Amino acid sequence: MPEEILNEIVEPQERDHDHERNGKHGHGKRGHGHRHGKPKESVKPGSLKYVWRSVSHNKGAVAGMVMLAAIVILCVLSPYICRYGYADFNITEWYQTPNWNHLLGTDQMGRDLLSRVLYGARYTLVIGITATAMSAVLGILLGAVAGYFGGFVDSCVMRFLDLFQAFPTLVLAMAFCAVFGTGVDKCILALGITGIPGFARLMRANILRIANMEYIEAARTINCPTWKTILRHIIPNSVSPVIVEIAMTISRNGLTSSSLSFLGLGVQAPKPEWGAMLSEARSYIRDYPHMVIVPGLFIVITVLSFNLIGDAFRDALDPTLKD
Amino acid sequence: MAALIEVKNLKKYFKSAAGMVHAVDDISFEIQKGETVGLVGESGCGKSTLGRTLIHLNESTGGQIFYDGRDVTTLNKRQLVEFRRDVQMIFQDPFSSLDPRQTVQDIIEEPLHLTGGMNREQIRERTRELMDTVGIEKRLRMSYPHELDGGRRQRVGIARALALNPKFIVCDEPVSALDVSIQAQILNLLMDLQDQMGLTYLFITHDMSVVKHISNQICVMYLGQMVEKSPKDELFERPLHPYTKALLSAIPTTDIHHPKQRILLKGEIKSPINPGPGCRFASRCPYADEGCKAGVTLNEALPGHFVACNKAKEINLL
Repeated sequence: MPEEILNEIVEPQERDHDHERNGKHGHGKRGHGHRHGKPKESVKPGSLKYVWRSVSHNKGAVAGMVMLAAIVILCVLSPYICRYGYADFNITEWYQTPNWNHLLGTDQMGRDLLSRVLYGARYTLVIGITATAMSAVLGILLGAVAGYFGGFVDSCVMRFLDLFQAFPTLVLAMAFCAVFGTGVDKCILALGITGIPGFARLMRANILRIANMEYIEAARTINCPTWKTILRHIIPNSVSPVIVEIAMTISRNGLTSSSLSFLGLGVQAPKPEWGAMLSEARSYIRDYPHMVIVPGLFIVITVLSFNLIGDAFRDALDPTLKD
Repeated sequence: MAALIEVKNLKKYFKSAAGMVHAVDDISFEIQKGETVGLVGESGCGKSTLGRTLIHLNESTGGQIFYDGRDVTTLNKRQLVEFRRDVQMIFQDPFSSLDPRQTVQDIIEEPLHLTGGMNREQIRERTRELMDTVGIEKRLRMSYPHELDGGRRQRVGIARALALNPKFIVCDEPVSALDVSIQAQILNLLMDLQDQMGLTYLFITHDMSVVKHISNQICVMYLGQMVEKSPKDELFERPLHPYTKALLSAIPTTDIHHPKQRILLKGEIKSPINPGPGCRFASRCPYADEGCKAGVTLNEALPGHFVACNKAKEINLL
């Protein structure tokens, strides 16, 4: 019985709280709770729970996550969903527009587009995520080292990275593919390397900006050890642009890998990478536009999802960006 | 009264492409326990550098700093940690001196957590007490700095500085980023805290009326050197150095019947890079002659009133 009463007391507050958050008054809520004299312990900002709550209240991010999850699930379940293999050709069924046998139609060799696009998701997602992870880890490390130590180390690292940045990404990735050869692993390597300078530059700039703030000096006056200062003050304050950059780079890498495949340098036929599918279908765009629209649509949805999720994480991690 | 801080021939030089910047050059003074020494001078004269060097945020280039009789320029790492519990700093810009990702409570608790020796409950209790002392409403404890106004932010900075019960606080222009009505509140808070806790302040500012309000002693700096040092009332009544005279003449007055004569300084400010010997104010001083280029020392011209000017006697008809 007392529990019921308690629930009744607590519930309206919870509802208020959620309402205000949706109404973009993220901060009003704290004051709100206290004004009613009930020192309700709010979720500690910066904690995983807090970030999750903020992200899950962001409509764009939820849409992005749903779309991405749908693609991943479909991609994982593709052997069970698809009635045809990605390379099964059947000349008698070529150029079909979407119908009950082939939900998304078929291409010029009568291959089922649904199967191809779902198998293709593996390549695009794996290349996008792995290449980004590679450039993010190396870039953040190099940038942090350059920014923190400065001087000679800084010059060496940054001048070396300037070499990479002097070329447009796609041209550089093409050059790497020309050297390493073609294939999924080579494509990842090429994209991973070309992405390093962006992360390094971003991290370095942020470290430089934060290290000169007075609160870093204040941390010294209260005897905060150097490693704690870096972990507690410098990194949390410099990481949010990097997180956004990660999301953007995943989507950009998806696009670039598609471009590489389009140029014939990435994933090789008959493997159904989305860019490669676009490239093959472009000759038929006038008569059979569905062959271009299907992989194109999947590229758009994936890129959009990553961007939405990235934006939401940036907002969640930075308390000054709430409104 | 024993001197809490005694500075002897303190020097702090910075390397630059053009040569050594003499930010603090051969400065000596004392701060008695429980008093406030105001440090005034124009921007870039080395006031902040002096304050930072004093609490060992900068490594000094030369000279000695005695805190409670112990030389702090030679402290090892562990002794430095001990020393830092006794000395704290209040920063100029309350917008950048607080970590934007920490709540008010986190900021005030951090020094307590780092020092250790208290359990969670005691820390919470102490934080509440500190917020009460500096006058921050309890409901703001989960707020972020960017949600507070300048005055409240500065109060948070003060609470953080007070957390470890320091004895000496360097206030680096703590009110210059605030508007005037808030300035008065913060100044009064600092003075109340001094009375309650027996704090000693080095108060750095470029605002003569602020320094008049809060200090017992005043030191005037010009380009890394101390040009005048005196008890407050004495300095305001009888400034001896031409630079101090010019500074005081710049305070606005409300007395329309006796308008003040503004002393306008002409000439270039000497570069602090390898300035060489001689009076550094000579290039702007209306009384300077060849003799001033030779050198100048800080002398006691009147009892307790020191001035670094060869012509002080002549100018002031002493």
